[in-house]
Amino acid sequence: MAWFKRTDKGIKTSTEEKKDAPDGLWYKTPKGNIIHTRELKSNAYVCPDDDYHVKIGSKEYFEILFDENKFEELDGNLTSGDPLQFVDSKPYTTRIEETIKKTELNDAVRTAVGKLNGEDVVISCMDFNFIGGSMGSVVGEKIARAIDYSLKNKIPFLMISKSGGARMMEAGFSLMQMAKTSAKLALLDNAGIPYISLLTDPTTGGVTASYAMLGDLNIAEPGALIGFAGPRVIRETIGKDLPKGFQSSEFVLEHGFLDFIVDRRQMKNRLGTLLKLLRN
Amino acid sequence: MVLEFEKPIADLEQKLQEMKDLAKGKNIDLSADIQSLEDKIQTLKKETFENLTRWQRVQLSRHADRPYALDYIHEITNDFIEIHGDRNVKDDKAMVGGLGDIHGRTVMFIGQQKGRNTKQRQERNFGMANPEGYRKALRLMKMAEKFGKPIVTLIDTPGAFPGLEAEERGQGEAIARNLKEMFKLKVPVICIIIGEGASGGALGIAIGDKVFMLENTWYSVISPESCSSILWRSWDYKEQAAEALKLTAKDMLSNKLIDGIISEPLGGAHKNLKMMATTLKATIVEALSELDKLEADKRIEMRIDKFCAMGVVKE
Repeated sequence: MAWFKRTDKGIKTSTEEKKDAPDGLWYKTPKGNIIHTRELKSNAYVCPDDDYHVKIGSKEYFEILFDENKFEELDGNLTSGDPLQFVDSKPYTTRIEETIKKTELNDAVRTAVGKLNGEDVVISCMDFNFIGGSMGSVVGEKIARAIDYSLKNKIPFLMISKSGGARMMEAGFSLMQMAKTSAKLALLDNAGIPYISLLTDPTTGGVTASYAMLGDLNIAEPGALIGFAGPRVIRETIGKDLPKGFQSSEFVLEHGFLDFIVDRRQMKNRLGTLLKLLRN
Repeated sequence: MVLEFEKPIADLEQKLQEMKDLAKGKNIDLSADIQSLEDKIQTLKKETFENLTRWQRVQLSRHADRPYALDYIHEITNDFIEIHGDRNVKDDKAMVGGLGDIHGRTVMFIGQQKGRNTKQRQERNFGMANPEGYRKALRLMKMAEKFGKPIVTLIDTPGAFPGLEAEERGQGEAIARNLKEMFKLKVPVICIIIGEGASGGALGIAIGDKVFMLENTWYSVISPESCSSILWRSWDYKEQAAEALKLTAKDMLSNKLIDGIISEPLGGAHKNLKMMATTLKATIVEALSELDKLEADKRIEMRIDKFCAMGVVKE
């Protein structure tokens, strides 16, 4: 006879009903170090024991980078349409509504203008929580408008990328956002306004193959995954295991596609210095 | 190679051949039967090819006999000189280009190139360019700009190559740079999807004043197979994915993501290369004469505005 007897039938929770675990007081890094969330916050969301950079979103980046967390958000009300009436396991519109409710974000990028160590800057920052930070029409349009704002007001543009790539549910429209953002960056080029691209974990696919790699300076956080094709696809293509550290920030720096890697705790000051040097 | 939906046509065509052989061999007059069968085939062909599903068009775009970039280039140009190498790493055989004469005018042609047999396919890497391919393309575009020659790109790729060295040499950066630089080109740029237009690998040479698709091609952010594997977690939903992605020329035109469709001979481009090439050439010549009327700055402005208008958002 079994020691334990299941009396209730069908207690398996379906995926839809599973609840996200509430944010606890403690955070455990991949290396196993445990840190209090309050301490993590005061440390720019970097674990002091192993320098692990916790994945954060636009709210945290704005808080870290803008002076006194003061900024004006631009185009905050833009939300996604459903031009293709796309349905996979659920309709795209439902997916969007659910994600907006869950994340309290309107899409995968937010733009704000403010001061960083006294320097004017427009920042667009992606949110990975929103359908993998995927780039659809809203992401493309908001970045395009952010660049328009930069152009009009002659303010440097900082893009913080964190994305799995294009948003499949917008298919052709999503692809053309790569073109649209690159077009605006061409205008920024002509106007001589600085564009700094900050790549964070992860930055892949169509985002890497457009605005993320087009900075006058491309910089990254340590240990971020940065690439065009995802590691799984590459492994399947070449039929071999990938070398350790492949597609990490350090690897990309070594191959000449980044200008430098910056620890998040020094990020604000480094960016401030850079903006000042570019302005003076 | 006969595709599933082409089988009924192929069967009838075989019957027709048999009938013709019989008539000839036995010296009997079957002309009435032959005529009626020929009419039947024609009707069936029209019906079949007017009502293809999206997935069937994807299959046609990959047809083993389908003409590739160099087939068209040789067909529509008089003197063609192929140009090689990115001046940095190597010559990417998946991306070809060169100067050719079309109606007494020099045009820079650039395109992805697939291979016809196993050896060629390997050499051409199945039309999947590495970063050096995109950099070679950009070198050719800059050269065209320097000498004031218009650019025609022929897109046919299952994607940019997802390899280890491709990552080391900056596949993402190479494509991104092309996107930005193509918006600055002072010469007219015409882009034509002649087969597969897969994602960034296609877009990397597809920023133009005019973007056309041949009738039986596809252009999207991902192939139906990969889309199926990611969204449905199985390779079996490719037909469904093709429908959802709305990736045909008709779809892309109705969504205003391309400028026009170039019709193919009945049965697909491979059924009549000469006829296809003639239509292609006529489209290029007409588009060029239209673009010639604009100042370079105006063309660039319109090119930028066109792509910037793409996307659907709610305010």
